[in-house]
Amino acid sequence: MQDATKVIQALLSAGKEYVCAMKLHADVSQERVRAVLGEFQGSIYQMPPIRASVKRRVRVRKIYYLDLLEVDGRDVLIKVGCEAGTYIRKLIHDIGEALGCGAHMHELRRTRAGPFTEVENLVTLHDVVYLFSLWQETKDEGFLRKFILPMEEALKLLPKIYVRDSAVDAICHGAHLTAPGVISLDTGIKPKEQVAIFTLKGEAVSLAEAVSSTEEILNMTHGVVAGNLRVLMPRGTYPRLWSLSR
Amino acid sequence: MQKVRPPWQVKGELVTKAEDETDPNFGHKPEERPIQEHIGFGVINLDKPPGPSSHEVTAWVKRILGVAHAGHGGTLEA
Repeated sequence: MQDATKVIQALLSAGKEYVCAMKLHADVSQERVRAVLGEFQGSIYQMPPIRASVKRRVRVRKIYYLDLLEVDGRDVLIKVGCEAGTYIRKLIHDIGEALGCGAHMHELRRTRAGPFTEVENLVTLHDVVYLFSLWQETKDEGFLRKFILPMEEALKLLPKIYVRDSAVDAICHGAHLTAPGVISLDTGIKPKEQVAIFTLKGEAVSLAEAVSSTEEILNMTHGVVAGNLRVLMPRGTYPRLWSLSR
Repeated sequence: MQKVRPPWQVKGELVTKAEDETDPNFGHKPEERPIQEHIGFGVINLDKPPGPSSHEVTAWVKRILGVAHAGHGGTLEA
């Protein structure tokens, strides 16, 4: 809500998980179904459908896992973990082609979007109305915090760079992060990777693009470490400091 | 085919470059934000009912919570 809408971009490009019910167009043995599903794990090619709002060119997508949950005659229930922008309907169609008989998607439910799953803190609209009214009655903030999460939750899967207080306000004004501001960072950051810049209190400052890898950043004494993409924290939350604290 | 680990199964590890402390007079730990600020920087993991559009549901949430601005992270892409 409000300022947290800026983190939506990080979610759109995050990995997803779906549970999908598909219908085969002929009888196929379970072993054959399992075998073909196994072939679709890893990287696959996909052409976005005509309805899609993206450029229609063949693109590679990662299928992290494709688990067979249940088979009942021609009804097959699967769980798919995949990269953002994977068209499940097309995936099911292609699985049907590989099986030879054809298949179509009957029902789809998204069970994960980035760090958000069904099992933790998922609420319905009824829950929202109910918990909100409980807060209004009792003034107990715990009811609100039960379903309203800090926006940092949306950034849980992004690699992080923690910065010192004196670097924060400059970043809030759009400045790129430079080496002296870095306190700690996740291992495995690669150049051009999207990262989240955090304060030592764990507050999100901005979304940025790493210029170098973790190892290189550790060795740098000056220069830009991450290019500012989207400021999340309001200016003035931390004081404007022209010199670095010791 | 080579199996790739999903991002949520990759365990993160932190490495320190420098030491410093944070001033308690500025900012808040996310879980300690004053409630109005918390709402203004909040996200809801919402199980959207199948009928209405994401846009409609977002409008309802805005009305229920009394916030002026809200967005959604998209629903099914298939």
